[in-house]
Amino acid sequence: MADNVQHKGAQTTGHVWDDTLQEFNNPLPVWWTYAFYLTIVFALVYWVVYPSWPVGKGYLPGFGRVSYVNAQGQTESWHWNTRAKLLKETQEAAVLQKPYYDKIASLPYDRLAKDPELSSFILSAGKPLFADNCAACHQSGGAGKIGFYPNLTDDEWIYGGSFEKITETITKGRHSYMPAFGEALEPDQIAALASYVLSLSGNKADPAKVALGNELFHTHAGACFYCHGDRAEGRQDLGSANLTDKIWRWADVTGAADDAARLAAVEKIIAGGISRAVMPAWEGRLKPEQIKLLALYVHELGGGK
Amino acid sequence: MNDAQSGQELYFKRAPVVPRSIRGPFRNFKTAVLLLGFAVYFLLPWLPWDRPGAPSQAVMFDIPGRRYLIFDLTVYPQDIFWLSLLLFIAAVLLFFITAMAGRAFCGYFCFQTLWTDAFLWIEHLIQGERPARLKLLRQPWSDRGKLLKVGLTRLLWLLLAFWTAMTFVLYFGHAPTLLLEFFTGQAPAAAYIAALALTASTFLAAGVLREHVCVFICPYGRFQSAMYDPETLTVHYDRARGERENGRIVPRAGMRGLAERQQAGHGDCTDCGLCVQVCPVGIDIRDGLQYKCISCGLCVDACNTIMDKMGYPRGLVRYDSEVNLARAVPLKPRVDWKRLKVIGYGVALVLMTAYLIYDIVHRQSFEHSIQQVRQPLYVVLSDGSIRNRYQIRLTNISGNEEVYSVSARGLPPGALDLGNFQEVRVKNGKSVIIQASVKLEPGTAARTGNFEFVISNRRGETVTDTARFFTRHVQ
Repeated sequence: MADNVQHKGAQTTGHVWDDTLQEFNNPLPVWWTYAFYLTIVFALVYWVVYPSWPVGKGYLPGFGRVSYVNAQGQTESWHWNTRAKLLKETQEAAVLQKPYYDKIASLPYDRLAKDPELSSFILSAGKPLFADNCAACHQSGGAGKIGFYPNLTDDEWIYGGSFEKITETITKGRHSYMPAFGEALEPDQIAALASYVLSLSGNKADPAKVALGNELFHTHAGACFYCHGDRAEGRQDLGSANLTDKIWRWADVTGAADDAARLAAVEKIIAGGISRAVMPAWEGRLKPEQIKLLALYVHELGGGK
Repeated sequence: MNDAQSGQELYFKRAPVVPRSIRGPFRNFKTAVLLLGFAVYFLLPWLPWDRPGAPSQAVMFDIPGRRYLIFDLTVYPQDIFWLSLLLFIAAVLLFFITAMAGRAFCGYFCFQTLWTDAFLWIEHLIQGERPARLKLLRQPWSDRGKLLKVGLTRLLWLLLAFWTAMTFVLYFGHAPTLLLEFFTGQAPAAAYIAALALTASTFLAAGVLREHVCVFICPYGRFQSAMYDPETLTVHYDRARGERENGRIVPRAGMRGLAERQQAGHGDCTDCGLCVQVCPVGIDIRDGLQYKCISCGLCVDACNTIMDKMGYPRGLVRYDSEVNLARAVPLKPRVDWKRLKVIGYGVALVLMTAYLIYDIVHRQSFEHSIQQVRQPLYVVLSDGSIRNRYQIRLTNISGNEEVYSVSARGLPPGALDLGNFQEVRVKNGKSVIIQASVKLEPGTAARTGNFEFVISNRRGETVTDTARFFTRHVQ
């Protein structure tokens, strides 16, 4: 093989190492060279046709346009860009949804809920709307979280479960609170009240404590009846909880391991109060017909009232 | 070492195949199949068909509408099973025919064969018979006549290729509308891309590549050997009769009569070469069975023409089997189907076809799916009872508006709540979602595992589907 070092005709760079090691200066393959030139031509054409270089304070916008008719019936037009293409796609979808939203805006709630086609649309369109706006607190299925966010899938409605009340809740938001009784009442009084509250929904409790709690609840000593009502069923205009049902909004009674833990959970709420019962208002953030659709969707989640 | 040094070429430059046209029963059969196939393919998108609430086109693959309209049948995406069954049937039909009669599909029905035939017909029409075309091939491109003739041929090829592609595209929309849109620049991009790609591939495959598609690209040509049996009928040259002891010979003086040739030990083959000239893949059938042969039977027609002319008996090149040819005196060739393989293919074919027809005829007039709401899996209600929720989706594919009712089996009365939709009216081709909720006392809930939803329409069609009830496990 040592005889083959002389390659006649090939240019070398003149560099030689170890007697025979030379650096060739072969031309690039022709096809490669032309392919390279072609990419340069392609780039030049591309710069003209598509948005490319910044020029002064502006840029070369290219020749392409993206035009579409939006849901309001106006024609919008942009120089070609991917954001405009996305806008076009979303507006095309919005145009398809418009007849449904028009019906939702104009028809009364019960007619919307009874129409199979609209009802299916509400379920389909409500899902992403709920996921975008509500699921952060109420969870994607609306189950909420005890101690934080109310469950929308049960049959208890803190502020009312009619279409109108749900719409009001979403539009204006809600804010309620419960004062802390930790300093106003003695620990054994709080324990008595907690026992009474637990007994209201059929949980086991010490009868002596229940009797004391009953008294505290309905007199000015505890004054619980003021918000929760004489029958402890809560008041929807205040957003006070119904204490007689099996649903627990703040104290995690259902998840507690034993009777002591249940008692402790309720005591903690009575002593500490509640200051974070805030639902933001969606007015201005969502359109009225979107809020109406969400109200129908949420009503359906819990079976409604 | 490269090719030049070793003296071997890795790639043999092919000589262009310029087939001579021939008359005969096989040619007639091929022409009949070609005309029928083209008539069906090119005219079908234009066949009107009345159906309520859908485009009036006999065959339309409505991709945006998620349905195939095929005469009175509407195929939805969930019927994809039919397509796979149809492909299975097609494959087994191919095996069945191949085991009995060789590559009949390749020779007579394959679109590569059909379109190549059509392109050859155009070539013949413009450039003339084989000698004229060969002469034209040898002429330099500077010749005006050649440029004109070849140019005109290619232009006609291009038109046919384009119309082939255009027709394919027309199956995917309302043909007159789509055609108008196509030429006014309004059609979807997919239509232009498909038309361009298919025009190019048709032109290339039927005009330029031709037999190369069968030899190098198509896998079926290569796995045929696994399907051939010694009993399989295929195009054969009767070597014993054609060659005898001293080989074939040109019928010069003294060698014209059959008796003279037999006496001299020469075969019946006059070595005229017509069988080679007519071959669309450029092989010599006298070399024996070979993978390039597509069994088109044109060499049979060619040889019979010569045999008739010479006054020799027909059938020197014929459809026959290896078994029969190996006999000292070959019998009359016949289709041998009494083999386990052929019968097995046949039985599979009948069973699958019967099942496909049964399934299409007995399709439910609606589709349903029941999904349990899993977020949350169950809900505790104010009175302590447990609620599960289910989404029932109904799709009406009956062709008419229909009313459906939903009930439950295996639940206490009053447990199932369907809201406003105990009965629901659904338009044809539309879907509706029904929210069903089931409410049970904690005790009943703990005992209830599975129950059934019963969905029925007014025609009396009923389906039941099992659903599960979830509840809290109380320690």
